Amino acid sequence: MPLLDVRNLTVEFKTADGQFRAVDGVDVQVDVGDVLAIVGESGSGKSVSMLAVMGLLPWTATVTADAIVFDGLDLTTATAAQRRSIIGRDVSMIFQEPMSSLNPCFTVGFQIREALKTHLSLTRSQRQSRAIELLEQVGLPEPVRRLKAFPHQLSGGMSQRVMIAMAIACKPKLLIADEPTTALDVTIQAQILELLLELQTSTGMALVLITHDMGVVAETAQRVSVQYAGQKVEEQSVGTLFADAHHPYTHALLSALPERANSRRLPSIPGVVPGQFDRPAGCLFSPRCSFADERCETVQPTASASSLGHARCHYPLSKGVPLARAELQS
Amino acid sequence: MSDAITGPLVRAKNLSRHYEVSGGFFGKRASVKALSNASFELYAGKTLAVVGESGCGKSTLARVVTMIETPTAGELDLDGYVISADNELSDSQRSQLRASVQIVFQDPFGSLNPRQSIGRILEEPLLINRPDIDASQRESMAREMLAMTGLRPEHYERFPHMFSGGQRQRIAVARALMLNPKILVLDEPVSALDLSIQSQILNLLVELQERLGLAYLFISHDLSVVRHMADDVMVMYLGRVVESGPAQTVFSNPQHPYTQALLSATPVADPSRKQTRIRLQGELPSPLNPPAGCAFNPRCWKTEERCRGTAPALEADGSHSVACYYPMQ
Repeated sequence: MPLLDVRNLTVEFKTADGQFRAVDGVDVQVDVGDVLAIVGESGSGKSVSMLAVMGLLPWTATVTADAIVFDGLDLTTATAAQRRSIIGRDVSMIFQEPMSSLNPCFTVGFQIREALKTHLSLTRSQRQSRAIELLEQVGLPEPVRRLKAFPHQLSGGMSQRVMIAMAIACKPKLLIADEPTTALDVTIQAQILELLLELQTSTGMALVLITHDMGVVAETAQRVSVQYAGQKVEEQSVGTLFADAHHPYTHALLSALPERANSRRLPSIPGVVPGQFDRPAGCLFSPRCSFADERCETVQPTASASSLGHARCHYPLSKGVPLARAELQS
Repeated sequence: MSDAITGPLVRAKNLSRHYEVSGGFFGKRASVKALSNASFELYAGKTLAVVGESGCGKSTLARVVTMIETPTAGELDLDGYVISADNELSDSQRSQLRASVQIVFQDPFGSLNPRQSIGRILEEPLLINRPDIDASQRESMAREMLAMTGLRPEHYERFPHMFSGGQRQRIAVARALMLNPKILVLDEPVSALDLSIQSQILNLLVELQERLGLAYLFISHDLSVVRHMADDVMVMYLGRVVESGPAQTVFSNPQHPYTQALLSATPVADPSRKQTRIRLQGELPSPLNPPAGCAFNPRCWKTEERCRGTAPALEADGSHSVACYYPMQ
């Protein structure tokens, strides 16, 4: 049984112009010790789906799901107290902007000890020594002095290390990292990703990495789930995804990478991600897809076989060629 | 553009920009060396990329080249006009130069006035700089520019909030091109955009460069984009140029340890390629209090006594120059 099992998750937001569907029937399975990357552009619902699992969405959001089971407990039916005992202890999350995720009014030490105080029954001195140990673990020099520092005295990379220390304070089984390195410089990004992977292997926790950077995915993840406009369009292991993407969106996205280009003109995807008012009736990617036909414009595709990366497409690709159509022609 | 082919459009010699900052109530006044001794040349139809992490002075360089800031030392030769600390240009010279150097900013959401229609945004540079052009001509020029940058004629009356990030960046490029500039400074033009949109904008930039023979000063921290776009590369660290040369040479044969570390830290979208990563310790030092000697020495793995003494100068080997006592071979 997977550690986290989300089935058919849908999140809708109440807006002035009616309901907006940010996440549309997404499934997520994470096993113990897994490193799953969720990739997508802005507006693909990758953060919202994980915030829904954490229960961090505002009241305007309506979350519906067949099941959100974490470690045997169904979070859709759990009481608020049950939820509180798990969130922050067994599942924790770090965010994109480390500078704005920390409370500027309290010292770093106070904020780390707060997490320990809420979830674990430790004495004051035990909490202090655990906090020092945590900062050492995330590679911050002079931990005793750093505990007394306020967030504005830290750089971006150091703040993100503090955030990670807080997130792993209670030895979580699952860590969700939402764009943990997007606001950081490349050399610092490399340090933080290395730290996350190191912690993942040494503690055996599962890691969900939300990102839009294909390079980060390739170097850190084991499994990749690609989202587009709120839907999961493909899921594969990282090696096979980069070698042979089955959904036209993934395929187009990978060929748009400048490092894969072999001419000065990049193959680009025309158009933009559909918004609230121009959601196509059929496949959501059909207006931008170079393989789309009438069926794609009218009929919503369902996920295909796992050998085809669960691609949500009528004509999944194999080596860049639509399979079904090639078979029809031959 | 017969005159443009002969010499460089931009020639910078030991360009520096220092800022005075107050040290608080009792502190001494200090100076931040945001940019020191940058020298480069930029030719028509070519792209010079400036690479570095935050605080390395690449945006300061953009501000100096676009004349938002004046250099505190050194000389900047822009299209035949020489700008330096003791040679202020007259207002008429400035306005002429402004037309030939334009800039596109990183954030297409912040750089367009939300109260102006797209037509008005595009016409404003003409309104200010070209009083000889009348209203109907301005409109036709703006409409022409819309077509050239891949926007539709009906966008003329619309307002910025009705556009997506990619389209806004097209509008920002269109606005920059209204005065027929020769030099375009692109300050992180695609880093706020999604991957599928990024390639559209990069293609637009390549197309415009080929058609109009523009010189690009391309500022970016994304090395895969730089590798794709640049003819020449300049790597900066803490206000100094540490390595520069033709893009191919620098990427295939990086000689400064920082360039190597930067290249090895950049994630590559290829899971089969497991590279050994150079682990850089620590973070960028504060520009207020830079380390003595080579600015990179606290993070460098090849540091020796000499590196802590005096800063190495940029030494050229052909077109490829590097500022390091112990360059990699």
